[in-house]
This record gives sequence, C-alpha cells and structure tokens, in this order.
Amino acid sequence: MAILRLRRAVVRGCVACAVMLAAFPVALAAVADAAPLVAAAADLRFALDEIAADFRRATGHDVRIVYGSSGNFRRQIAEGAPFELFLSADEAYVHALAREGFLADEGVPYATGRLALVVPEGSPLKLDGELGDLATAAGDGRVRRFAIANPEHAPYGRAAREALQKAGAWDAIRDRLVLGENVAQATQFAVSGSTQGGIVALSLARSPDVQGRARFVVIPERMHAPLVQRMALTRRAQSTAREFYAWLRGPQARAVLARHGFGAPG
Amino acid sequence: MDSAALLLSLKLAACTVAILAPVGIFVARFLATRHFAGKPFVEAAFALPLVLPPTVLGFYLLVALGGHSPLGRWYEAAFGHPLVFTFDGLVVASVIFNLPFAIQPVQRAFEAIPDDLRHAAACCGLTDLQSLWRIELPLAWTGLVTAWVLTFAHTLGEFGVVLMVGGSIPGETKTIAIAIYDRVQAFDEAGAGIMSAVLLLLSMVAIGITFLASATRRRHGR
Repeated sequence: MAILRLRRAVVRGCVACAVMLAAFPVALAAVADAAPLVAAAADLRFALDEIAADFRRATGHDVRIVYGSSGNFRRQIAEGAPFELFLSADEAYVHALAREGFLADEGVPYATGRLALVVPEGSPLKLDGELGDLATAAGDGRVRRFAIANPEHAPYGRAAREALQKAGAWDAIRDRLVLGENVAQATQFAVSGSTQGGIVALSLARSPDVQGRARFVVIPERMHAPLVQRMALTRRAQSTAREFYAWLRGPQARAVLARHGFGAPG
Repeated sequence: MDSAALLLSLKLAACTVAILAPVGIFVARFLATRHFAGKPFVEAAFALPLVLPPTVLGFYLLVALGGHSPLGRWYEAAFGHPLVFTFDGLVVASVIFNLPFAIQPVQRAFEAIPDDLRHAAACCGLTDLQSLWRIELPLAWTGLVTAWVLTFAHTLGEFGVVLMVGGSIPGETKTIAIAIYDRVQAFDEAGAGIMSAVLLLLSMVAIGITFLASATRRRHGR
C-alpha cells in the first residue's frame, strides 16, 4: 500500500508543479510590456548597449534590444514581429518595409558601417587592409578557413564579398569561407582560433572582448559600397520607442557610435 | 546568467507538459487498446517529430502561422497580437514537437497492461473512465512520469524551432538555449558556460528520474 500512496503522491506532485509553473509567469509578461522592443543589426551589439544604458540614466526608461541579422529582422517585421524600432545595417531593408506599410515612415540614416580585417593571434595571415595577401594565402594553404557574415541576408557579408571581389581574392577564397548567420557570429568565428581570419564590422573588431585575441586593420571605404545604416519606427511604436529614436540622433549617442568605429551618417 | 531566459524556458516546458499530459494519456490509450486499419500510419505521424529536422517544422509553422497565412491573420484579429514571435507561438511549436515524447512512453505502459484486466474491470461494473483512473493509470504511472520528464527536458533544450518561430525576444521568446547562443555571439563565454552547466544539470536530473522510475517499477513488480 505504501508504494501505491507513493505513486499517487508523485503523480499529484508533478501535476501541481506543472500547474504552478504554467500560471506564475503571466505576471512576468506584464512587466515586460513596458519596455519597447528594438531590433538592431548585430554590429551594434556593444555600441547600442552603451547608448541604451545612457538613455536609461537620462530618462529612466528601458528598451529591450534584440541583436541579429538585418535581413532576418526585415522578414520577421513583415511577419508581424512586435518590434517598435528597427536599426538596420542596410537601408534597403528599411525602404522595403516602408514600401510594404510596416513602418511609420522612411526613417533616417544613423551611421555608416565600416569593415575590418580581423586576424587572430598566431594566424599566418598578413594584416593588410587592402586584402593583398588573401588570395595568395588561400592559394598556398596558409588560410584554410575564413569567416564572413552570410552575404545572402547580412549586409556586412555582402560588403565583405564586394571587398574580396575588389581585391581579386574572391575566387581563391570562396570555398574556404565559413558564413556567420550575422556579423557578430562571423566575428566570433574569426577570433575563435578555428579560422585564420575574417572580414567583419569594425565596431565589433574594436570591442574589448576581441582585443587580446586578435588584431585588426580597417578596410578602406573605397573597397565596397557604403553601408548606410538606416533606422525607422514601426507602426507599433509607442512613446518610449519614439523617445529612444530621438535620443539616437542626439550628440551623446552619435559620440558613442563614433567611438565604436561607425562613420557619420550619410 | 540570464535568469529571465531560464524562467521562460521553465514556463514553456511546464505549459507544454500541462497541455500534452492529457493528450498523451488519451492518444496513447487509444493507440494501445484499439486496432484499426491504417494504425501504423497514425502512429508514424505522431512519431514524425522524432526524426523531422527542427528547422523543417519551424519553416512550416512560420508559413502556417505567420502574418500572411489565414490562421495567423485570424489569430491576430482574435487576440490582438501575432502568433509567431510570441510565447503562444512557442507553445504551439513545442506541443507539436514533443508529441512523440508525450505519447510513446505512455503507450508502451498501457500496452503492458493485459487486456484481461480491462475486461475484468468492465465485468466489475467499472466504466471506461473509472477503469482508466483506478486501474490503468496506477499501473502505467512510470510511463507517465517518463513521458512528462522527457517532454519537460526536451522543451528546455529546444533550439531550432524556437529560433525559427521565436525570434529571440527577451522575456517573450528568448529561451535559455537561445540565450546560450546569444551569449557566445557576444563573446561572453562565462555566461554561456554557466547557463550550459545549468542545462546539463537539469538534463541529468531528468534522465535520472526516468531511470529511477523504471528501476522502482522493476523492484516492486508493477
């Protein structure tokens, strides 16, 4: 009989736990409602965290930031994702969403993205912003793996491909590429030590976490079409999102972006 | 350590178990006790998520539930928010994805109960539901515990489907598995390491419970 009672207790306990766990976080969702959701290109990961912290100190308001590839956000917003502000690494995505009626307006450019060649410690690749050594290094086997973001949907990946084509290294290196889902993942691949280098966002190459693991050099602007970064409010935007949008255009936010390696907008 | 993500994962797992527990019992009992034409196909359909790549399921859910689909538009009109990129959407995905984990252990347990016992219960005047509640469930309890624990643990670790239909929104769809991925991309290996250790521990506890349940059952007969 004891074992029967035990069985019953176990089953009842499990049911009770499940019901309680299912019920309590309804409160959690209510708290989360207050802070607007911001979709931000992965290259902003460190700069925007800092800007959001400044914004919180100045206004007392919080924003929830999701980092990812601009192309994915473009699709998610069109599918009805609950973002109130979209900071894209490529203005084409903002224009497309505006045309389809998902945004409040065409938005404004907030920065210009720059590329950097990142070479991890111990890599035999030469640190050359003109990418002169890359084709040779792919040919003689010094570069076995090279990281960029996926050019299909990540703007930095597309710019990296343009730079590689311009340097005449694309054909030699294309089957050595590892593609990050977004530019932050590409950076992580590039500095992990399992690749011999990568072309990523300057803003990520300059981040403190990359220092000490890799060296980097800025790639000249003439190597690729400019990465005009445009942001826009979506049609869901409420007051805090609007306030943050205005803050991003202010001098303090501009200074943070510049310090992280972004060029001035437009 | 992203405790909001851990809480969210626990909540998602609890919701999934709460929904699938009754579904699992009734579907498993039906499959265990009835014989009908095409039964292998029905069983195969319920087992499909075991072998289906999560991204395939994610893709179909995105198409079926997204803002462009009739179902997605109906849901948004009825509840005021879209189904994809929300917690509700994750629950739907998770329930579908865990069907085999919620059904199969229970079905095996029901199959192990001899038909004679059910017939004897009927002869004693017990209705079908009374027989289920008083006779069969107490005999099948290890199967139930195994199913619930596996469903719970499997939901905690879900990644592909969540990434496709969730979108990594903090407090809404950013589960612990997604948070680990996110921490790695932010070069935060310490954060990723702690959360991975938590998941490892939870998984070990879960698998420990299922083994303990079957060991208890063997020791005491059924």
